[in-house]
Amino acid sequence: MPELLSVRNLRIEAVSHPPGEPPRRITIVDGVSFDLQKGKVLGLIGESGAGKSTIGLSALAYGRGGAEITGGEVILNGTDLLTLDNTGIRKVRGARVCYVAQSAAAAFNPAHRLGDQVIEASVRHGLMTKEEARKRALYLFGVLGLPSPETFGNRFPHQVSGGQLQRAMTAMALCSNPELIIFDEPTTALDVTTQIDVLAAIKHAIEETHTAALYITHDLAVVAQISDHIMVLRHGKTVEYGSVQQIIEAPTQDYTRALVNVRQTARMEASDQTSPLLKSDNVSAQYGNGFKVLHGVSLHLCKGQTLAIVGESGSGKSTLARVITGLLPPSEGKITFNGKTLAPALKNRSRDDLRRIQLIYQMADTAMNPRQTVRDIIGRPLTFYDGLRGAAKTARVKELLEQIEMSNGFIDRYPAELSGGQKQRVAIARALAAKPELILCDEPTSALDPLVAEGILKLLMKLQEEEKLSYVFITHDIAIVRAIADSVAVMHRGRLVRFGPKSQALSPPFDDYTDLLLKSVPEMEIGWLERVLDTRRMESAGN
Amino acid sequence: MRLREIPITAWVGMFGIAIAFFCALFAPLVAPYGETEVVGGVWQEADAQFFFGLDNLGRDILSRLIYGARTTLFVALAATVISFSLGILLSFIAAVSGGIIDTAFSRFNDLMMSIPTLIFALVVLAVLPQHLIVLILVMAILDSTRVYRLGRAVALDVAVMEFVEAAKLRGEGTTWIIFREILPNTLSPLLAEFGLRFAFSILFLSTLSFLGLGIQPPAADWGGMVKDNKDGIIFGIPAALVPGAAIAALAVCVNLVVDWLLKRTSSLKGGRGDA
Amino acid sequence: MSNSTETDSLPGQRFRERFPLLALVIERMLLSILLLFAVSVLIFGGVEALPGDFATTYLGQSATPQAVANIRSELGLDRPIVTRYFEWLGGAVQGDFGTSWASRNSVSEQVGKRLGNSLFLAGFAAVIAVPLAVGLGMLSVHFRNRMPDKIINVISLAAISLPEFFIGYLLILYFAVNFGVATFPATVYDGMDFLDRIKAIALPTATLVLVVLAHMMRMTRAAILSVMSSAYMETAELKGLSAWRAIARHAAPNALAPIINVVALNLAYLVVGVVVVEVVFVYPGMGQYMVDAVTVRDMPVVQACGLIFAAVYIFLNMLADILAIIANPRLRHPR
Repeated sequence: MPELLSVRNLRIEAVSHPPGEPPRRITIVDGVSFDLQKGKVLGLIGESGAGKSTIGLSALAYGRGGAEITGGEVILNGTDLLTLDNTGIRKVRGARVCYVAQSAAAAFNPAHRLGDQVIEASVRHGLMTKEEARKRALYLFGVLGLPSPETFGNRFPHQVSGGQLQRAMTAMALCSNPELIIFDEPTTALDVTTQIDVLAAIKHAIEETHTAALYITHDLAVVAQISDHIMVLRHGKTVEYGSVQQIIEAPTQDYTRALVNVRQTARMEASDQTSPLLKSDNVSAQYGNGFKVLHGVSLHLCKGQTLAIVGESGSGKSTLARVITGLLPPSEGKITFNGKTLAPALKNRSRDDLRRIQLIYQMADTAMNPRQTVRDIIGRPLTFYDGLRGAAKTARVKELLEQIEMSNGFIDRYPAELSGGQKQRVAIARALAAKPELILCDEPTSALDPLVAEGILKLLMKLQEEEKLSYVFITHDIAIVRAIADSVAVMHRGRLVRFGPKSQALSPPFDDYTDLLLKSVPEMEIGWLERVLDTRRMESAGN
Repeated sequence: MRLREIPITAWVGMFGIAIAFFCALFAPLVAPYGETEVVGGVWQEADAQFFFGLDNLGRDILSRLIYGARTTLFVALAATVISFSLGILLSFIAAVSGGIIDTAFSRFNDLMMSIPTLIFALVVLAVLPQHLIVLILVMAILDSTRVYRLGRAVALDVAVMEFVEAAKLRGEGTTWIIFREILPNTLSPLLAEFGLRFAFSILFLSTLSFLGLGIQPPAADWGGMVKDNKDGIIFGIPAALVPGAAIAALAVCVNLVVDWLLKRTSSLKGGRGDA
Repeated sequence: MSNSTETDSLPGQRFRERFPLLALVIERMLLSILLLFAVSVLIFGGVEALPGDFATTYLGQSATPQAVANIRSELGLDRPIVTRYFEWLGGAVQGDFGTSWASRNSVSEQVGKRLGNSLFLAGFAAVIAVPLAVGLGMLSVHFRNRMPDKIINVISLAAISLPEFFIGYLLILYFAVNFGVATFPATVYDGMDFLDRIKAIALPTATLVLVVLAHMMRMTRAAILSVMSSAYMETAELKGLSAWRAIARHAAPNALAPIINVVALNLAYLVVGVVVVEVVFVYPGMGQYMVDAVTVRDMPVVQACGLIFAAVYIFLNMLADILAIIANPRLRHPR
């Protein structure tokens, strides 16, 4: 079968403007080649900054934000797109190759109705009349499972939900019957339970219309459900390229293995979970506008153990952490720590109470003052809680750096001079400096490259052994929960729906929500999506 | 920051500001004649002896321009420093405290800003005694409303950052949070705003003096010099344009520096965004 | 909404749900009225609370205590401030601003004549400045970061640094005195025919246009740039639409609101700008009237002018906000 799209030795560069330095050219994509056949799907996978979106856009001969294609060929059905003039490339865009953006909310024009935007490209390119295009849009709305397809097109973008917008964007791309569609992280901004539906709709629509697709994502489990081939990218270079089968079942590179194997760390569940260090008794909370975000949450954590709190965005898991720290005083209930009731509000807690509970944030970038050096960042709690100054303080900072496996040379660096993983380590050291008993970890690894995240998790577990620390670990990643937790709490819409030792919480019989959540989290397994959809169909047929 | 990255326009601006400050500081040494000294005929033309000619009373325009730099720069700078300190202090307190304090301060500020600055100044100066301190205070208070608005926006931007929350969680007091966590991260935009307010103060003072409500004669100040010599214009005598050009040149210089500072700020933000 | 039969929601809430756009506009109007009321308190009460006795000012420092007492009762200054405020406000609402201390004339009569002159001048300047500024702003965006944009940037930066009176006298010196193609001073009188009037205000108009142009242009440029860099413009480009279609269909409807806002804000700025320009050109408008009154501390005139300028300014700001509300598709098409 002839190739639909052939990318040969693609090289993309951009001019970067680092603050306080002269601008310089950087290479975003370096020597990438692949082929895509008609009706097939190729998954491009990698971390942010791996160049995957840039490669996707090159199939439209488009460079975002000053990126420039400086070498190679992008051949679509025998024509090198990079040699076309403006008029030539415009005839390709929106007609033969279409694009689905990550944030449909921003990519739709707020001033026009969805229907008009969906058919615009087909009509403007003269591929169909307005009537034909409308009919096709109606058909596609139906294929994509949008509610009341007849009237859906009359709505404005802000009048429909995020999941529906993403499907509408897919309909917009499919409308002109293109040969190729670029999906740029179409489900990343969605909740897990919404993601599965959109994913299924996209897969169904691709099969229905026999279009080829480039599917870009950072989630290998997602791409395994939808692709025929996968290309793993890192720092703009190809790491591994092969069939889905080969990548998932027999990866040859360390990086791919890290993506596939998920966790090498594993923790035996503590047997005794009866003497609580932290207790939340029937805690409810609301924001200033009276909007209730937590409803009577009761749970506990034992000394030296890890409690994982799982839930989607808006489930109240981060709010619970804010209540524990005192940032948001509960409207009802109380927090007990070491058998003593904590003052509800931060300002009424003693300095020693504050010292015992520390917090690690998801984004280490914003959690550290960019104008302070590592010495100041780690040293401040030492001065503040223990009155350490001068040489004693420096000596202790160096000890802490050693504990987080970083050399003394980092002591006078600013956060901007550290890598993502190093920043998170410094944030951990800052928490350790207070000699806490409990550390709240709010998704500390979800913004990191999987290899780096693995290192952070190992470090946290090592420190737990050494310092007898207890963790509350907030995450949406079930795999991490399986790896590190002693007990698990599942939250949904501000309520605790499940709580108990890991072995019980993650085994059947499940409540409805936990069941849905566990089933929605994509698994690193080919055919998982079909299996879940089949189960659902059977269940609904049984009803 | 390296010197060679400063654009040529910013150098021009800094050079101009430096000249003005030099004239202001060493006026008696630099000026060829006295501030109020009558040295020749009314509106005598410029020649080798009197570089810009003489004014409506026969005083040397160049000398008065140099002395005038003193008054103009001093009043504008004093007003800017006061307005800035006041505006930043109040806005940071509002941003960090939030709640009723924030609402009260901000609503009052909205009210003050709903009257155009010049009109407000005219109404107030119609009542108050004519005095240099009064003038400086009126300029400062009116201008501080603009500083307040920017200061609050900038401080709120930083105050919601997690490192500020981390400091609160540690138990740090308001003073530490304002001066050690927020202020160092807002210096760049605030510095640019200071320049902007300074340029505005120079223009505003000149306007008030021109309208006869600013600095009172016989002290020389640039806006007042325009007023003194404006009647010469219809006879084709450009004496009023010389101090006018000085005001314009100084304001241009300050704006050139501000423009560079603003661009630097935005590129800093861009640098942070991609991390 | 008075025929509401449901008791579970207040009429106001129901109105807000059914007509969110109208509710917001009405809210914004009420806010402006409240603001204007607060401003009147500030202008009247605040001024009276400041140190300085009007009677002494009125008569001069050497007046005898008896004369001061007489004049205080004659001007009504001996009565309580609250009473006087409401009398003043009541009059102002009906268009009566009392009598000038300096000329003993009715303030309203003078204001009536001069307000028209000022608005004519500002309006004429706006008619020229607005299309020019928006056009230059678009040009600047079109040539973004290339030579024409950079030149426009440097010139506009210089222009915002020029004091109004400097531009004014420069124009007078060249066009009225040296070349003799324009008139100075800008005298206008009742019954003057339109063309002569335009000719008389040519220079003050040019000054105002120059003053306001740079600001408006820079703000227009920023507003258009922010629309052009939004994600839906990328979508339009990736749909293969022509540049013209992308701008007309996708950029324009979204850029309209911010541009209208910029224009209204600058019109407010223009109204204040007339004060200095009128003094420079000896033009018989509100600005000239107010400055003269301030110099002789003629309080009824100062307060009247202050209130009117503030009212125009508040009105234009309100207009800017309301137009922005109406132009917002999220509010026009509620969920």
